[in-house]
Amino acid sequence: MGLLEGKRLLITGVLTDRSIAFSAAKLAQEEGAQVVLSSFGRQSKITTTIAKRLPQPAPVVELDVTNEEDLAALPERVREHVDGLDGVLHSIGFAPKTAMGGNFLHTEWSDVATAVQVSAYSLKSLAVAALPLMGSGGSLVGLTFDARVAWPVYDWMGVAKAAFESTARYLARDLGPQGVRVNVVSAGPLRTTAATSIPGFETLEGTWSERSPLGWDVNDASTAGRACVALLSDWFPATTGEMIHVDGGFHAMGS
Amino acid sequence: MASEQEILSGLAEIINEETGLPTDSVELDKSFTEDLDIDSLSMMTIVVNAEEKFSVRIPDEDVKNLKTVGDAVSYIAQAQG
Ligand SMILES: NC(=O)c1ccc[n+]([C@@H]2O[C@H](COP(=O)([O-])OP(=O)(O)OC[C@H]3O[C@@H](n4cnc5c(N)ncnc54)[C@H](O)[C@@H]3O)[C@@H](O)[C@H]2O)c1
Repeated sequence: MGLLEGKRLLITGVLTDRSIAFSAAKLAQEEGAQVVLSSFGRQSKITTTIAKRLPQPAPVVELDVTNEEDLAALPERVREHVDGLDGVLHSIGFAPKTAMGGNFLHTEWSDVATAVQVSAYSLKSLAVAALPLMGSGGSLVGLTFDARVAWPVYDWMGVAKAAFESTARYLARDLGPQGVRVNVVSAGPLRTTAATSIPGFETLEGTWSERSPLGWDVNDASTAGRACVALLSDWFPATTGEMIHVDGGFHAMGS
Repeated sequence: MASEQEILSGLAEIINEETGLPTDSVELDKSFTEDLDIDSLSMMTIVVNAEEKFSVRIPDEDVKNLKTVGDAVSYIAQAQG
């Protein structure tokens, strides 16, 4: 029996087959889950084509996490495919180019605000939108890039990730009584569309694989995908508000 | 396996569907960005559809080097070969 047998999941953030969410969706299906994907705007067409590369068909519902109408319509759109949800993967991040790449001192608030809204506040928006579907508890999982420290070029996206990690802890507090767990996976650098569009992403990749005791493959998102699947399963029943590093051990080394 | 001519017309159909450009404006020497005015999201859509249609994989690193329609046609022909 698979780890996710009988689980109904909403997985956001599948853009290409390199997306962390694609790995998570593939592994989740292999572990027995029923998967509904979400995408938005012009990207939806790409997601729908990419979804055909999953082991099983997966419907794609429209969800721009910054759009109130989409958020309000989410339960109805998801119910067209499944009768409720046991888990939700938040795999969404965006910051305008001016907010990353070494322009930290000169980024305007409107661009910072966009980064924070799409990348941090959206965890709350998604949780609240999906809550009516998670009747008897469930698991909400998000992806971060360890925001406890400053990084080269990550800039305001790093600040947004700090807000994201904090949002996860507050959601853990407020959703715990309803049996909803909220955890984040802190992944090492992976060559996805979001990552490679960060100006100077190579400097983040830097010496990751040398410094990590387990090594690190920037082309293998299944490491992060597996951790998401584990957190979406019933095998972390008493874990919430937690951040799990999936980074080869990089975070634990001094140099 | 498709001939270069077949790849060109298949690609023209994909581009037409994404952008509305007439298929006969999709010629080998046309640049995706300068002549056909295709933005990065449309380019991604075109690439993903071309991957499906021609059963090839075109990694992001290589997409960057596909400046013209001709570049894409020869890339796909080679990848199929
Ligand atoms: N790639 C890395 O190195 C890395 C490392 C740690 C954490 N992460 C995080 O993983 C998550 C997934 O990113 P990825 O690396 O797989 O890249 P990706 O480009 O494949 O995925 C990013 C996704 O965000 C979605 N998105 C952007 N704006 C949205 C909006 N307004 N509404 C709904 N969806 C929206 C996009 O559609 C896309 O699917 C992000 O939170 C990212 O910050 C990535």
